[in-house]
Amino acid sequence: MKSWLTTTDHKRIGLLYFWTAFVFFLLGGIEALVIRLQLAQPSGHVVSAETYNQLFTMHGTTMVFLALMPLSASFFNYIVPLQIGARDVAFPRLNAFSYWVFLLGGLFLNASWFVGPLFKAGMLNVAPDGGWFGYANLTERQFSPGPNIDFWLLGLQILGISSLAAGFNFIVTILNLRAPGLKLMRLPVFTWMTLVTQFLIITAFPVITVGLVFLMFDRFFGAHFYVHGAGATPLLWQHLFWLFGHPEVYILILPAMGIVSEVLPTFARKPLFGYTVVVYSGILIGFMGWGVWSHHMFAVGLGPIADSVFAATTMLIAVPTGVKIFNWIATLWGGDIRGTTALHFAVGFIAMFIIGGLSGVSHASPPADLQQTDTYYVVAHIHYVLFGGTIMGLFAGIYYWWPKMTGRLLSEPLGKWHFWLQFIGMNVAFFPMHFIGLLGMPRRIYTYSPDLGVSDLNLVSTVGAFLIAVSLLVFIANLWRTRSRGETASNDPWGGATLEWSIPSPPPVYNFSVIPTITSRLPRWRTELHAPMQDPPATPPGPIHVPGGSWWPMVAAFGLPLMALAPLTHTLWLAFVGAGVLIVGIYGWAFEPFEV
Amino acid sequence: MHWWLPLKASTFTGPIDGLFVAILIITGIAFVLVEVGLIWFIVKYRARPGRKAFYTHGNTQAEVIWTAIPAVTMVALGLISNHYWVQIKGRNSVPPNAYPIAIHAKQFEWQVTYPGADGTLGSADDFTVRNQLHVPVGRPIVVHLSSEDVIHSFYVPQFRVRQDVVPGMDIKAWFQATVPGTYELGCSQLCGLGHYRMRAQVTVHTQDDYDAWMKQAAQEASQ
Repeated sequence: MKSWLTTTDHKRIGLLYFWTAFVFFLLGGIEALVIRLQLAQPSGHVVSAETYNQLFTMHGTTMVFLALMPLSASFFNYIVPLQIGARDVAFPRLNAFSYWVFLLGGLFLNASWFVGPLFKAGMLNVAPDGGWFGYANLTERQFSPGPNIDFWLLGLQILGISSLAAGFNFIVTILNLRAPGLKLMRLPVFTWMTLVTQFLIITAFPVITVGLVFLMFDRFFGAHFYVHGAGATPLLWQHLFWLFGHPEVYILILPAMGIVSEVLPTFARKPLFGYTVVVYSGILIGFMGWGVWSHHMFAVGLGPIADSVFAATTMLIAVPTGVKIFNWIATLWGGDIRGTTALHFAVGFIAMFIIGGLSGVSHASPPADLQQTDTYYVVAHIHYVLFGGTIMGLFAGIYYWWPKMTGRLLSEPLGKWHFWLQFIGMNVAFFPMHFIGLLGMPRRIYTYSPDLGVSDLNLVSTVGAFLIAVSLLVFIANLWRTRSRGETASNDPWGGATLEWSIPSPPPVYNFSVIPTITSRLPRWRTELHAPMQDPPATPPGPIHVPGGSWWPMVAAFGLPLMALAPLTHTLWLAFVGAGVLIVGIYGWAFEPFEV
Repeated sequence: MHWWLPLKASTFTGPIDGLFVAILIITGIAFVLVEVGLIWFIVKYRARPGRKAFYTHGNTQAEVIWTAIPAVTMVALGLISNHYWVQIKGRNSVPPNAYPIAIHAKQFEWQVTYPGADGTLGSADDFTVRNQLHVPVGRPIVVHLSSEDVIHSFYVPQFRVRQDVVPGMDIKAWFQATVPGTYELGCSQLCGLGHYRMRAQVTVHTQDDYDAWMKQAAQEASQ
């Protein structure tokens, strides 16, 4: 127990990220099921309108910040150091700090479900309710007087610190800790996409932090950053939010694209088709992701010139995305494809993500978007991108790397049940939403009238949501079964080309007994020019120093939620206590002797 | 069960539905190519004993082709979209003879102000009706949108018209109804707890009916 609380080992932190994010993922999923129950029939009354607004806000916030990002982070942590031949990340204790801040930020946000009585309100009364996009000026104190939005804006600020710390850590790790000979253009694509994602994180999170700080000043100190009466405009929030929010979409999808780019070559027994093009299009997506944000605002009335510029950039960002898809399909062409569960999910990613990508083209056209924006058509779109894309990709990664991470292979038959149930479930749940939206059902409405003609489609969608839930039960059963009865994994159960497969599963604490020297993009495969590398010996030739654990990252992390409690409870001294804990934690950490 | 686009009841339905269907066809072709390619390859190249994958790490010609074709298509779609967008939302797109109606949105209702008999807003015979938008058919209508409190969005699916109502901004949106009947105006931007019930009835009349309604409503409003 103590060794897990104080761990600075990237592998253990990766597993902590996985389990924490997976629990939040289930929580967000339960929220989605309640939403779908409420919408299963017209004029439904499963929950109150108040609870409903909290449910969709927390569903979106949880899935984006507490489930998908940290599930990707679990692979950044576990896999990236292994793929670059490193013994750990560059800053192991900062890495532990990132995890604890993430956990505490997630708990802080979700505590809002239960602490209503402390704020003279009921349970299920003070969770955030302004939408995951939190549009000002609805989120101003005047229109949202309760602590709901405070939980949201403070929780997101805490989580931002976790993401930023991890972002810098992984950039330094990937740039500085590569094994000899592992040039940038020899990096595995997953590591490449991780690198691009981290640059997006360290540039996009400051933007939302600025937006959240403005909102915090408006709400707590009577500032007027988004108050139109004082000469400001609530549209400032929309620009700041989407300037973060669109790169965020790529933060969510690029890691999954990286996973797919690892899984396909391994199981097709072929190098990735067009490696350079896939890498450069990932980088290009990273850059172009900064120039498309106003396509979320075509109905606002920015004027046709601004709209047309953003329409053009949005149309163009579809190109590098499409190119990646063509390259993945070309990777399958002429391969010797083994239909493992991981491959099922990777192919499922392509098959489903393309639907989200293509419906995205119809929003890129402002006139077409005018009919679609803020309707269920967009809900369908994001779920094809984030569920059909990111979740499918992440599950491909889970089935692919689980043996590496735990030493046991997940059951393939159960995995295929999981895949097919999830694949069918997501299409039943999300495909009808295209029609629901086109027929005119706006997003985020608590009930709808039977006259709208979308009752049957909504019922179908709810059935699909429950199918997804069943598929996840199968997955959980698979995890449970594998814990004790799963087949033991060898170093390399799949015949992978990258470094993580050259060491035991799970790897020893020092990862590589000898740091390998890399001469090829596919070090473990025979290619036209290269013989496969020698795997590192099973026992290290000499002693390897591995730093011990530390309590200080966790101590420092506790300072942040304490500080966030200060404005929430209007207790000034708590801010000083929190800051004190943070500072003491950082000093303790800085002065801690290396040998523990 | 009606499951395709809603009734076409304004002049915008032509270009907007046209663009939507055009994009649907173009993306539909891409969709079919990708899915067929995917399924074909995973079936044809499934692992069989004795077969080996063939070695290739890429092909520049293929990359150029599958970059250039989507790029050209996308630019073309962008230009076509812009052409129609200017007609819908351009600064000078509102027809000069458009009939003015003012709509003030507040949590959670639509206050619709009609210009009265003289046909101009801001005169003494204006009158306001809650949650009832009546318009004559076949005549451009310009809606002056303002908000009392937070951001709302004016949305009538059958007209394919939507315009956010931003506090502090006076925004004009225009449309021309083509089919008499009753529709629903719903708020489509989350505006608080009552967002889902912020709806108004839209009635499209023939000009004669409209004049009659106007006379009666003005009378009721003045009482």
